[in-house]
Amino acid sequence: MSKAHVYKRDHINTDEIIPARYLNTDNEQELARHCMEDLDAGFVKKLNKGDVIVAGDDFGCGSSREHAVWAIRGAGVATVIARTFARIFYRNAIDCGFYLIESKDAIERIADGDEVQIDYDKGIIEDKTNGQRIEFRPLPDFALEIIKDGGLLEHIKKRKS
Amino acid sequence: MAMTITEKILARASGKKTVKAGELINAKIDVVMCHDVTTPAAISMLIEKGIDKVFDKNKIVVTPDHFQPAKDIKSAELHKRLDEWAKRQKIKHYYKIGKAGVCHALLPEQGHIRPGEVIVGGDSHTCTYGAFAAFSTGIGSTDLAASIATGELWFRVPESIKFILNGKLPHGVYSKDVILAVITRIGVDGALYKAMEFVGPALKDMSMEARMTITNMAIEAGAKNGVIGFDSVTKKYLAAHLKDKKAYKVFESDADAEYSSVEEFDCAKIEPMVAMPHLPSNAVPISKCKGMAMDQAYIGSCTNGRIEDLRIVAKIFKGKEVKIRTIIVPATPVIWKQADDEGLFDVFYKAGCVISAPTCGACLGGFMGILASGEKCISTTNRNFVGRMGSPKSEVYLASPATAAASAIEGKLTDPRRYI
Repeated sequence: MSKAHVYKRDHINTDEIIPARYLNTDNEQELARHCMEDLDAGFVKKLNKGDVIVAGDDFGCGSSREHAVWAIRGAGVATVIARTFARIFYRNAIDCGFYLIESKDAIERIADGDEVQIDYDKGIIEDKTNGQRIEFRPLPDFALEIIKDGGLLEHIKKRKS
Repeated sequence: MAMTITEKILARASGKKTVKAGELINAKIDVVMCHDVTTPAAISMLIEKGIDKVFDKNKIVVTPDHFQPAKDIKSAELHKRLDEWAKRQKIKHYYKIGKAGVCHALLPEQGHIRPGEVIVGGDSHTCTYGAFAAFSTGIGSTDLAASIATGELWFRVPESIKFILNGKLPHGVYSKDVILAVITRIGVDGALYKAMEFVGPALKDMSMEARMTITNMAIEAGAKNGVIGFDSVTKKYLAAHLKDKKAYKVFESDADAEYSSVEEFDCAKIEPMVAMPHLPSNAVPISKCKGMAMDQAYIGSCTNGRIEDLRIVAKIFKGKEVKIRTIIVPATPVIWKQADDEGLFDVFYKAGCVISAPTCGACLGGFMGILASGEKCISTTNRNFVGRMGSPKSEVYLASPATAAASAIEGKLTDPRRYI
């Protein structure tokens, strides 16, 4: 079971997810220690592996730093559920095989701390705390293929061979 | 079928007669831009996956810029990895320190950007190059690795929004004020996944430097790319800068091309703008915010660190002294030399500014001008997110070089028109 960490905010940007002062490394575990630091300094401490982040519009806007995805993944976050995602963040996540969920109303229907269970194939988020079922459209086929292959580079290797 | 300039460039790059918005394509890349933050990770990925190769050593441009000269041991290690790779792969256009500069100022200046081509770079402000009637977009490290190894990348063809810039810019108002006004109207995700195509008479009077300030900030509205059509100004710049003089292909949007929306601006009515913390879309006219005390002025970056910007600042600083810490960062060594030759450094020195080597530096909170908690900085850069230039409790105010310079003299947000 995953716990939802809900940020009722739009435009959570890459500087908040992983501040540039930590970009002098690309080590995922080092980056993970500072995940969401400028938005919520206590985030990493309260996070359990497999938890999810829930947010509003334009999650991940700003820089092209894939470090933002690595910090989130490295910290143990299973997925990010947002109303919309910034373009480069969305691409980066798919490219490194990290699943994202676009949901118009998850931000309204899931409360901070709720227990959620996600069926990625069927496109259903079950909020076990309040009993709600939230449907979402799974990622498009080409993105699922990349994720299934383990990221863009594995996907390319497979396609070329 | 009628197409936009973005669709035409992507059609050419994917070997198709036509493409339309929404279509998934595989495009051939003409130039890959690599810098010190996102490229070392891409190199490691390629080595780890056993595809450590480059698709064309002549089409990759490498410059360390974010943390150069190395700000600490960790960034020195990043530079070392970049350096070893560039040498091993015999990258033709590798700008080492002394020649290296802020990537988006350096590539056009050194003649790597050609109309009609597809340029990708491991940096979100790669959209800058669209000022040259090219398609260019920022990517992360995995996309960068794929581009380096294969010279191809998947794209979803974006819909386009047309921005018609009417009228003539008033005295003391610059392209930075225009793009801040645009982003403030549509919001930081107003062009999410889309192309921002700029047209209209106001562009005619703008230099390539001024146009690059506009396309540079397309990402601040969430756009995939920003693009400006080709004209005599583009042609003249290219004739002076292009490395490869072979003919380039000029595309333009068809008159009946489809746009998801059209936004018109009367540039004659735009005032100097200042984007309040913590979003580039929070801009207000200077008349609404003047008088707010600042602690630092930062003049530089891929948005406004070019020679034209430094000239505007020097004109305002001549014979005056700044009241607050003022940091001037010429974006490339060529700009640095030019500013020195033109006597601008003398003006900056006498005004009490410090002049740095070319670097992205403090724009992204790297080094060379970091803010303490509670401090406010008037900056010619492109982002003012929480913690962008230092402490999460500091504040960044975005403006044109003229507004930053006038504010530096008075130590508070100041209308530059009084000084021009």
